[in-house]
Amino acid sequence: MKQYDKLLKDLAPQKFGILGKVWITFLAVIILIALYAYYQQFDKGLVITGMRDYALWGVYISNFVFFVAISLVGSLVTAILRLSGVKWATPLTRISEVIAVAAIMMGGLTIIIDMGRPDRILNIFLHGRLQSPIIWDVLVITTYLFISLLLLYYPLLPDFAILKKHFKNKPKTSKWYGKLSLNWTGSAKQERIYTKSIRTMSVMIIPVAFAIHTVTAWLFATTYRGGWDSTNFGPYFIAGAFVAGAGAVVMLMFILRKTYHLEDYITDMHFDKMGKLLVLLCLVYLYFNINEFLIPAYKSTKEEAAHLHGLFFGEFSLMFWLAIIGGLVVPVLVLVFRKGRKPIPLFIIAIIIVIGAWWKRYIIVTPTLLHPLLPIQGVPESWHGYFPTALEWAITFGTLAAALLIMTILFRYLPIVPIHETAEEKGFLKTEETETL
Amino acid sequence: MEEDKKKSRRNFFELGIKFGLLATVGTVAVAKAMDDEDSSGMVELMSTDGNIIQVPASEVHDVAHKQHDDYDPRVGIPDKKFVMVVDLAKCTNQLKCQESCNKNHYITGDNAWLKVYKMQESEKTAPYWMPTLCQHCDKPPCVKVCPVDATFKRQDGIVLIDNERCIGCRFCMAACPYSTRVFNWNEPDQPAAAHEGEYTPDYTGKPSVKGTVDKCDFCPHMIQMGELPHCVSACPNDVYSFGDMYEDAVTNGSGQTFKLSKLLKERAGHRLLEGLGTEPSVFYLPPVNRIGDFEEGMENYTEFQSVKKTEE
Repeated sequence: MKQYDKLLKDLAPQKFGILGKVWITFLAVIILIALYAYYQQFDKGLVITGMRDYALWGVYISNFVFFVAISLVGSLVTAILRLSGVKWATPLTRISEVIAVAAIMMGGLTIIIDMGRPDRILNIFLHGRLQSPIIWDVLVITTYLFISLLLLYYPLLPDFAILKKHFKNKPKTSKWYGKLSLNWTGSAKQERIYTKSIRTMSVMIIPVAFAIHTVTAWLFATTYRGGWDSTNFGPYFIAGAFVAGAGAVVMLMFILRKTYHLEDYITDMHFDKMGKLLVLLCLVYLYFNINEFLIPAYKSTKEEAAHLHGLFFGEFSLMFWLAIIGGLVVPVLVLVFRKGRKPIPLFIIAIIIVIGAWWKRYIIVTPTLLHPLLPIQGVPESWHGYFPTALEWAITFGTLAAALLIMTILFRYLPIVPIHETAEEKGFLKTEETETL
Repeated sequence: MEEDKKKSRRNFFELGIKFGLLATVGTVAVAKAMDDEDSSGMVELMSTDGNIIQVPASEVHDVAHKQHDDYDPRVGIPDKKFVMVVDLAKCTNQLKCQESCNKNHYITGDNAWLKVYKMQESEKTAPYWMPTLCQHCDKPPCVKVCPVDATFKRQDGIVLIDNERCIGCRFCMAACPYSTRVFNWNEPDQPAAAHEGEYTPDYTGKPSVKGTVDKCDFCPHMIQMGELPHCVSACPNDVYSFGDMYEDAVTNGSGQTFKLSKLLKERAGHRLLEGLGTEPSVFYLPPVNRIGDFEEGMENYTEFQSVKKTEE
């Protein structure tokens, strides 16, 4: 009983401290700047960006791909690991599901930010054509968001009921948690429905998750351009998405564990396991990268050669090698050693992985567009290249800040580590339930 | 001279359309007309197999200017398949085509819809000038990817954009292997004339709309009047010929008409990036036996400009 009380005390949502408030303000300021920048864009048009007729997609689209990629981790940890009976991942399920929800929401918003006529968004529903991969993307992203929300919400029902009791002396808070718990009592019937629906959702989300990122890859692979015209693109994107997402989970694990003192629940063992998982994911992604770059380089058709030269040795080489060596090779080399999988080194590696993954999307989108099939002629010299403008960066950072804000707020009101499931696994719940009976 | 040229061109176009009608009336009518002894009221027409035949003027009815009441800019003109032939042997980069196109479509951005590329396949091969515009593909990749049916292909083969529907996602631009699509990154600074009349996808650039895509429209607004597209009539070298594939005839700016199939066969016509399977409606004749020196064109060549600004 004492143990259970401690567990509850540790895991129940906590008010923001000073650091939390500073963090929220910081994010809010970035978002406000982004809103101002977006107002400029809405008013003057996309001319405020660095994009032009050749570099017709830029950092917005690569940021969108990044968001979709990161969101896939929800399905990896909650669904794939859950279904394969991996017990150690339980304390990480909520973190990954929160990442999934926040990322996919901002991914959808980023696409709207990239539109030249956001005011005509309803045309997608009024005049939508199933032939267009964009419509597929709209369909799967909304489906994924919906299932992700449910997969975040269902496992929370018992937690909400627990929190309702826990916050008895705060009637308002208690009432809210009570409402959200949908009258969860923990009866055998409820348990049955609960377990069954989570299982069903876990199965359902896997194909949808694969679909969202495969379709995102197809936005590029359905064109004729060197660097995009690849049958490898779907699995290549998925493999990369798991790396980015797992990196993000490790980052949050470390930060949340420190801030909310969750050392008893997110242990070194979890970091060790996630480190091992990352080695596997990086190796798979590395394999796809070898396919994606080495084979076109071997053939070196004119279009591919121009594109690859820019990546390997040209203006994009710094980002490219950061993403490949920093974001994939170094992590494998460090994380194969037990010492490398300790929280601090793993955290540092995870930061590099996530930053590398972000730039990787950038160099998937932009360089290809600068090597069209017919030469670039008759346009201003600046149109031959692309780099985001300050306003474009402001909007991009705003979307990233908004995703972090959504996560921060969700972590403020939801138990970061599932209370019910943890108690059940540790065998605390039996005693608690018998006592209440 | 200029007047004459215009007149003869228009005449041919009208006659072509009249003959098209005649053919549908049937061979009986033609045979009957041929029987007519009186040769004074005869007009010469070219049949679909390229022979010149005479038909009494009285049997030829004026239909060219008849507007179809049910004409829909999304559907196009029935029983037509518009094509263009670009003769690379004649292009000396005088850019009259581009000037005319820019002017008549009120293009004020930094990227023209019609550009004359300085091309050279490899170091050891000769450079040449290659006018490039929307290829009006039969299997247009841009139309395939448009999420809202804003860009579409008509039954007469013309690919257009509805700028009142376009959401500005630019997927069509990414999909186009010819990079002929142009985006309105800001509010277009067009003259008042661009805003006259009601908007129709038939006349791209009238007006251009911020946040939407533009491109060469094959000038359906000119075709409707029985005229040739602006670039075709502006070219001093008769680089361009325009016509109907079903009639197997194309006409150049001077009003000369050629049998399309014969032209493509004799001059070894080809299309751009044929291997992609996009089936363009624009054919190119290779730059052999050129009428001018490549170097002549260098005078007008501006690597970083395709739309002349008014203040210059």
